[in-house]
Amino acid sequence: MPTFVYMTRCDGCGHCVDICPSDIMHIDPTLRRAYNIEPNMCWECYSCVKACPHNAIDVRGYADFAPLGHSVRVIRDEEKGVIAWRIKSRNGETDLNLLAPITTKPWGKFIPQLKDVSGPTQEMRNSQLLYNEPKYIRMDDGDIHTLASNGLEMKEGVYY
Amino acid sequence: MFTANPFTDLADLITPAMMQVYVVAMFIAVAAGTIIDVIHKKSAKYFSENAKKAQQAARRTVSGGEKMGAAISTITNEVLTSSEFANPQRRMSHLMTMWGFILFVVSTVVMIFGGVESGIWPLLWHIGALSVCVGGYWFWFFIRCDVNSEGHPWYKLVRADLFIVSLLMTTTFALLWSILGGILLFAIFILASTVLFTTVLWSKFAHMFFKPAAAYQKKITKLDGSQENLPDVGDLSDPSIQARYPDIPEYMGTSPEYMGLGIKREAPNHY
Repeated sequence: MPTFVYMTRCDGCGHCVDICPSDIMHIDPTLRRAYNIEPNMCWECYSCVKACPHNAIDVRGYADFAPLGHSVRVIRDEEKGVIAWRIKSRNGETDLNLLAPITTKPWGKFIPQLKDVSGPTQEMRNSQLLYNEPKYIRMDDGDIHTLASNGLEMKEGVYY
Repeated sequence: MFTANPFTDLADLITPAMMQVYVVAMFIAVAAGTIIDVIHKKSAKYFSENAKKAQQAARRTVSGGEKMGAAISTITNEVLTSSEFANPQRRMSHLMTMWGFILFVVSTVVMIFGGVESGIWPLLWHIGALSVCVGGYWFWFFIRCDVNSEGHPWYKLVRADLFIVSLLMTTTFALLWSILGGILLFAIFILASTVLFTTVLWSKFAHMFFKPAAAYQKKITKLDGSQENLPDVGDLSDPSIQARYPDIPEYMGTSPEYMGLGIKREAPNHY
């Protein structure tokens, strides 16, 4: 379900308009509050939901991970460097809170240098895994991957 | 000049009693407009339904003292210092316009009902009008999203501008009339102020009543734990949070550092 705006919370600052990749969050010319001009074109990327400083934008999540009538809300706190999710069922019995560090990398960095990568072997071609599947998500060698096991670490500053 | 009551010279044309009737009529118009606005938009119903919903989702009960504290902090932060604005320029412009308008209205009432000839009140009246003009024109020409972000020319008017335009016309022509004199400038001043105070139903004048209500309700939802179903980020150095979310101490350390402004490092202006 596409994004919608709580009018009493929005102050028309324009962060959602700036960040929307589909350019469908606009400021209403009469009310000077943000609104989704073309809900059909919203692919629920949550960019505007996370960018809104007043948490005035909401999305109904898909019914395949929470039954109808639920609430899925998110706070991306970049100053603390964390992202928090809360999934609540309609009757309130399930109230799931999640909190994790933001791991988004700076724009334009860590671009795969595919020309330096050797081509797939016949074994790879026959494999169910994708060629050049990122090693960080490969579950067929060893245990679950973490930042530490892959030699990565949190860096100062978060990016979007 | 600025310490003389400009309304004194009007006594030949308009009696003080007529001026007082006009001021009272404008107060009634604002009160009536606000009440009709609340009924028409069903905003009171919306707020009470939202409050009920929040109460059902509450994790703890909020004591009377906490409610009083929330009300006081709403008054000192959101109402008196416009703290809800994330953009500092908008906040400054709003503060100048709001405080200027309050000064202007209060000093008008004092001058008309108190029969003040000269002194501090006429000076405050002029300062108030000037402050509204500075804050309001700053908003009108530079900050307003239509101009700043949508690239519309400043002279393009829509219904949303009813409040700001009538407010700016009121204070601008009040100042011009006070300095230059003349019945025409006075007539425009009164016309603009009449439009400002009688069009509450169609303008955003009523925001000064429902915005504090919305801010107070937001504070209450934070206190009772319902927080409009938003997650709780909390203090990351708190051991109980670190025990609950072990990723935090593992990757960020036991006392996570400040990660920078993020999206706030740049004001939204290129859409």
